[in-house]
Amino acid sequence: MHWRRMSAIVLRYFYLLRGSPARIVPLFAWAGIDIVLWGFISRYLNSVASAGFNFVPALLGAVLLWDFLIRIMQGVTMAFFEDVWSRNFLNIFATPLSISEYLGGLVLSSISTSVVGLVVMLLLATTVFGLSFLGYGLALVQFLLTLFLFGIALGVFASAIVLRLGPAAEWFIWPIPALLSPFAGVFYPLSTLPKWMQLVSRVLPPAYVFEGVRRIVAGGAASGAALAWATVLAVVYLVLACWFFASVYRYAVRTGLIVRYSAESLS
Amino acid sequence: MNESRPAPESPEDKILVVTNLCKSYREVVAVDCISFHVGRGEIVGLLGPNGAGKSTTINMILGVLEPDSGSIRIEGLDVATHRSRALARTNFAAVYAPLPGNLTVYQNLRIFGLIYGVGNLSERIAALLEQFDLERFRDVRCGALSSGEQTRVSLAKAMLNRPRLLLLDEPTASLDPAAARDMRDDIREFATQGERGVLWTSHNMYETEAVCDRVLFLSRGKILLEGRPRELLREHGKATLEELFIAVAREPLTLEGR
Repeated sequence: MHWRRMSAIVLRYFYLLRGSPARIVPLFAWAGIDIVLWGFISRYLNSVASAGFNFVPALLGAVLLWDFLIRIMQGVTMAFFEDVWSRNFLNIFATPLSISEYLGGLVLSSISTSVVGLVVMLLLATTVFGLSFLGYGLALVQFLLTLFLFGIALGVFASAIVLRLGPAAEWFIWPIPALLSPFAGVFYPLSTLPKWMQLVSRVLPPAYVFEGVRRIVAGGAASGAALAWATVLAVVYLVLACWFFASVYRYAVRTGLIVRYSAESLS
Repeated sequence: MNESRPAPESPEDKILVVTNLCKSYREVVAVDCISFHVGRGEIVGLLGPNGAGKSTTINMILGVLEPDSGSIRIEGLDVATHRSRALARTNFAAVYAPLPGNLTVYQNLRIFGLIYGVGNLSERIAALLEQFDLERFRDVRCGALSSGEQTRVSLAKAMLNRPRLLLLDEPTASLDPAAARDMRDDIREFATQGERGVLWTSHNMYETEAVCDRVLFLSRGKILLEGRPRELLREHGKATLEELFIAVAREPLTLEGR
C-alpha cells in the first residue's frame, strides 16, 4: 500500500470540493436539516408524552447516528462517482494504483467529508436541542465504529454495483439506506417488526446499535456482547464488500467494461 | 523519412515484449495471437484500419483489458503478475481518455504525479507546463480547453513519470499541423534519450513515416506486415506508407500468407 497514491485520490476529492459549493453544501445541509426537523419533533413529543421519558436522546440521537452511517456510505460512493462522471476509469486504472489503494483513497475521502457532517450535526444537536452523548458512555465509541465500518462496506458494495452495471446504475444506490432503515429499527424496537423482518435485522449491524441506544435511554446498559457481534458483522461485510469490488473489477478488466465506460458517454 | 536505428537483438534492449497475445469478444477475434516488441530508443508505429485491434492491444498493455492468452512484459516485468511495477514504468495518452474536465491542468498533473510517484513533483510539473506551452492554462479547468490543448495536457501527463514505455493512441488527432510537428519533435527527442521506447498509433501515414523507426500493420487482429518504413515500401513497390496502408486495408488476405 502506497500512502502517496491513496493521498492522490483524497487530494482529487479535496480539489473538487474546494472549487464547488454545490459539492460542499450537501456535506452538511441534509444532515443539518434532519437534526433540526427531528429535534423539534423530539421536543414536541416530550411536551405531549408522559413525563419521565426523554425523546431527545432516543429519537434525535438515533437520527444523528443513522445520518452518520449515510454520510459515510455516500462519502465513498460520491468519491467513486466523480470518476464515473468524469469518465476517468481508464486514466485511473491504467496507473500503478492498486485496487486496495484506490479503495483506501475512497475511504479516506469519505472520512474527511463525513467528519464535516458529523461536526455540524453534533453542534446543532447539542447546542440547540441539548442532546448529550455523555449519557451513551463508552458504548458511543462502539456505536460509531460499527456504523462507520458498515457505512464503508455499503459504500464499497454500492460502488461495485455501479462498476458492474454501468454509470446509469447510480440510481440504484441512493435508496439503499432507506431500504435498510426499516430493518435497522432506527426509531422503534425490533420487537415491533414481524418475525421475518426481525430475522433480517439480526444480520444488520445497525440494528444492534439502535437496540443499544434504546437500552441506554431506558436506563439500562447496552449489551457488550451484542455490540461486539455487531462490530464483527460489520467487519465481515466490509471484507465481503472489498472482495466483491475486486471481483467486479477483475470482471470489468476481463470483459473490457473499464475501457467501454471511458469511451461511452453518460447518455 | 526517419533514419532508423538497428532493431534490438537482446532481451535487455527491449522495453516491451508482447508474446502470442490474443483477445476475443465472444465470436469476434479482436487480437489474434500477435507478438512484437519495442526496443530502447525505438518508436514503433502500430498501424491499421479502424477495428484492426490497435486500441485493444494498447489497452491490454495498460492492464485495463485482460488478454485471453499470451504475455506482456515491460522491462521484463509481466503485466499480469507485476502490474503496479510494470505500469509505474509506463504512461499513455489517448484521444479517447481525456483528463477530468472538472479539474485544472495543474490539479490533474499533481494528482497523476502522486499516483506515479514522481519525485520533485512541483518542478516536474513546471517543466512540463513550459515544454507543452501550457503555463497560461495552469489554473484553467481541462474541460474549458480546446481539444488540441487537452491533447497537450494528456501528453504532459504521459510524460510526468519519464516513462520507459510511452503508449500513444492517435496523439496528434486533435492538433493543428504546427502543434503536431512540435509534438512529434518532443516525442522523437523523448525516445532518443536512450532508455525509452514508444508505441504509437496513428492514421496519419506521413506522420508515421516521419517519426517511426519501425511499423506494424495490423488488420483483423493480425500483424500482416512488420518492418522499417523504407524497407516495406521497397518490398511492396509502393511510394508512400499511405499507399501501402490502403493496399493492406483493402486486401489483407493477400498478405496474410506471407
